[in-house]
Amino acid sequence: MHSFLSRLNTLFAFTISVLAALTLGVFISTYFEQYHGTVSISANKPIVKHMTDFSANRKKNDLGVLQLDMDMNLNPLFDWNVKQLFLYLTAEYVTPSNSLNQVVLWDKIIQRGENAQLNMRDVATKYYFWDDGDHLRSNNVTLTLAWNIISNAGRLLHVRADGSSSFIFPDEYVTSRGKNSGRE
Amino acid sequence: MHWSRKLINRLLRYAIVVSTLLMLWKSLVLATNCSRPILVVLSSDGYSFYNLGDLFFVTNYPADPIRTGDVVVFRIEGRFIPIVHRVIRVHEREDGYVKFLTKGDGSQVDDRGLYPVGQLWLEREQIVGKVKGYLPYLGLFVILLSNLPLVDRLLSGVLA
Repeated sequence: MHSFLSRLNTLFAFTISVLAALTLGVFISTYFEQYHGTVSISANKPIVKHMTDFSANRKKNDLGVLQLDMDMNLNPLFDWNVKQLFLYLTAEYVTPSNSLNQVVLWDKIIQRGENAQLNMRDVATKYYFWDDGDHLRSNNVTLTLAWNIISNAGRLLHVRADGSSSFIFPDEYVTSRGKNSGRE
Repeated sequence: MHWSRKLINRLLRYAIVVSTLLMLWKSLVLATNCSRPILVVLSSDGYSFYNLGDLFFVTNYPADPIRTGDVVVFRIEGRFIPIVHRVIRVHEREDGYVKFLTKGDGSQVDDRGLYPVGQLWLEREQIVGKVKGYLPYLGLFVILLSNLPLVDRLLSGVLA
């Protein structure tokens, strides 16, 4: 009647049911969580260069170079259904040819248990700020930090942080190789 | 009961199970507007948040625009298995034409090396959908099943 296999089967089915119920509980208990947070961002020494983008179409595009200051404490965002935070800083702006441009300049993965308090000074952007054309000069750019809440099980939420910042690029290109402060 | 009735009875039971599953799947396709509403991770680079056997829930609503930071499923020419990566650049023109650039969270460079030669941007038609939900490990069963011969033919059309 109760063979080894049937016992194993019952045990397995029970384990799966318990895990499923617990997972559902974890999902429901964090469903109404908002995961809001405030950050302070500022951009330093923005300059524009006009260069060939060898990673793309080999045409000359505008390249923005700037340094970032960011302060945030995201430790409160971690609850029991947050496995990882994916932070990303988006530069958003409008050009005559495009009604929306979004370029990610910096991102960071914060695992559960890692320190989620960041105080950064004069950090170079992690990715190149290439424009889709040549419209960065005198353009107003808004920097917004957002995070993607990666849960253990459940939704993949995207939340924009409170506290975005805007700056305006200078109206002239930086040409000389010596004095620019970009990373090259 | 006559043996042929028994056989027909059994066949009908199987048919009901299969058609119920198919209807569930097709309803999900309709509800999410996505041709692949549930995806199983078949390989992972080890740096991303997902692992082998995790399940993704994907939607593809036209009213829900794709922006930087979104995790999208896209398909490129010559590759059967779709790729799940994050959008890092969006350029949208007045007339509604949008182009995207993607990158894996764990990789150092963007996906231009993955796109077909000469293609610099993803377009909306190549994007299967946007990942909205996540369930770990459950897809391992599917992967185990699909390693059995024959079952793999039956499943791959729907899930891979």
